[in-house]
Amino acid sequence: MAVDTAPVAGNAAPPQARAPRRQFTLPGGSVISTFLVLFLVIASFSVEGFASTRNAGFLLLDVVAVALIALPLTLIVVTGEIDLSVASVVGLSSAVMGKLWFAGLSLQTIIPLCLVLGAVLGAVNGLLVTRLGLPSLAVTIGTLALYRGLAFVVLGDQAVADFPREWTRWAIGSIGGTGIPNAVLPLLVLIAVTAVLLHATPIGRSLYAMGNSEDAARFSGIDVGRTKLWLFVAAGVVSALGGVFWTLRYGSARADNASGLELQVIAAILLGGVSIFGGSGGLLGVLAGALLLASVRNALQLVNVPSDVLNIVTGVLLIVAVVAPQVAAGVRTRTRARPR
Amino acid sequence: MTAPTAQRPPAGASATEGTTARSRRGAALAQRLVVVRELGILAALVLLIGVTLIANPRFLSGQNVRDLMLSAAVLVVLAAGQTMVIITRNVDLSVGSVLGLSAYATGTLLVAHPGTPVVVALLAGTAVGALCGLVTGAVVAVAKVPSLVVTLGMLYAIRGLDSLWASSSDRLQINASDLPAGFKSFGGARLLGVPVLFLLAIVVVALVGVHLRSYRSGRELYGIGSAPEAARLSGIPVGRRVLTAFVVNGALAGLAGVLYAARFQTLDTTAGTGLELNVVAAAVVGGVAIAGGTGSAWGAALGALLLTTIGTALPQLGLNPFWRDAAVGALILAAIALDRTLTLRLAARLRGRNLRGS
Repeated sequence: MAVDTAPVAGNAAPPQARAPRRQFTLPGGSVISTFLVLFLVIASFSVEGFASTRNAGFLLLDVVAVALIALPLTLIVVTGEIDLSVASVVGLSSAVMGKLWFAGLSLQTIIPLCLVLGAVLGAVNGLLVTRLGLPSLAVTIGTLALYRGLAFVVLGDQAVADFPREWTRWAIGSIGGTGIPNAVLPLLVLIAVTAVLLHATPIGRSLYAMGNSEDAARFSGIDVGRTKLWLFVAAGVVSALGGVFWTLRYGSARADNASGLELQVIAAILLGGVSIFGGSGGLLGVLAGALLLASVRNALQLVNVPSDVLNIVTGVLLIVAVVAPQVAAGVRTRTRARPR
Repeated sequence: MTAPTAQRPPAGASATEGTTARSRRGAALAQRLVVVRELGILAALVLLIGVTLIANPRFLSGQNVRDLMLSAAVLVVLAAGQTMVIITRNVDLSVGSVLGLSAYATGTLLVAHPGTPVVVALLAGTAVGALCGLVTGAVVAVAKVPSLVVTLGMLYAIRGLDSLWASSSDRLQINASDLPAGFKSFGGARLLGVPVLFLLAIVVVALVGVHLRSYRSGRELYGIGSAPEAARLSGIPVGRRVLTAFVVNGALAGLAGVLYAARFQTLDTTAGTGLELNVVAAAVVGGVAIAGGTGSAWGAALGALLLTTIGTALPQLGLNPFWRDAAVGALILAAIALDRTLTLRLAARLRGRNLRGS
């Protein structure tokens, strides 16, 4: 999905010697993390109420869904594929949860069912991409519409809202009074699992290999199709979990829950330094990207910037995040070429 | 995708002739594939209308058809522009936001100067869109950043700009009562019974279609999309062509914004939200491959018509209108699966010919 006129990220390396690749292993995302820390420090001093426990809790609660879905989606983008249907899976899972609850099932039964549903939806994506060899961008634009449509078929424009208090209170509550939302704990566990998988196992290395050159990966014995299939299944399951969380957090199951969330998640991933072509980037950057987007929005809201206007910030940040390294690389090659 | 024949040095006159004849046959085959693809989508459209007619014989009544055309006009214009961009192996996700900004700008202009002729309103909206397209295209073509990322950023940025403008001018919504009568009558105007908005859309599709089919700069877009590096090496000004595609697409999104304003006559800053995916869907259903290099504006326009018709046909068929999105999704999947099958078969046949020839 781009003009491949210049050998930018990835496999088409220019013949001359290049600086050793940064952003390849664990410390990747250091630039965006620095920005995040800088922003948090500046905002804490200059924006009234930003550094309060209460506000930090709200901020984290807003990040949870984006960060959660960003985990499997980062792995998918690293392999060079994309999944735009994640937010629709959130919506469908939420709608099914509402329908089943309305039908009298217990949440202990409903939640596993939702996760299985997510696995099936992810598998549909994965099979279309890996077995039929269809481009994932097109496939998941299709399933984005399909899954969201099915959510409306299941629940229409109704809302189911009478979920048990103890569950919804857990979803918005915080650990002991620290302001840290309860949901952060399971999220941290998932982050740890994903980080180890991506950065410390052969599977993780194979994902980068696929993203850099799928053929080379296949010739080195990596089962590209099966790995990608499992990634799509994981994205489905995690998105369905996101749907369950979203429903409990807002106390309402609706077919249009989390509409457009896929763009926010992808914005966080790209801002975090993951190349859209695959093969580079890391989890730390993605999480920093998600946090940065959320904190900028939060800080601007506190100084009464209307929420719609915040879109400008999101958009410009995203563009700058991709243009800046390109410009820097261009300047570097130009200065290197000059002595001749 | 370089064909193996292209790399072989021409050994002699006869070999060269053979190669050209073969490639001509290959081109004819590929051309037939495109035609088959467009006939397929036309057949799907006719089938849908036929089935709906059986369920409700009044489906094709004059008013129904006019409503359908009015609803389709905006999407058709957007799909034609998007086709140009997708053919170059790019995508523009910002069109929904550009449409919103252009619609709001046109509305503001008309409220401030009620005497503005409709033509000037159309040009103003188109100019706003072209400006947005110029910024997007410049970042994509000059900084060589993936268009998916840039246009995702523009999607947010332009929508935010729209909101900022609306909230700072204290006019969050422009209502039909604020708009001059001349513009409102343009929205409902007909020529020989056909809504003028739809005729405009058809003109746009025809222009884009002819340009893509018969003009050098149009053909070069296909070259860029099927092999960017080869296109550059053969002297095609890739950056300039891609930039132009984005500017034209932006201009058409701006034009679509004016059509939107004329059709709905109630504008707020959410106009066109989420439209980008419908547009890409229309193009993909119409046979414009997301990987670039194939497709036509006519196909994309047919795709847009089909998507719009599904929305109006479902209730007539006694189906819940909530099925619309699901049907659209299924249609996209079917379209790309079909394209894949046809492409594989074409590749196999071309390979067979080459083997026989050498």
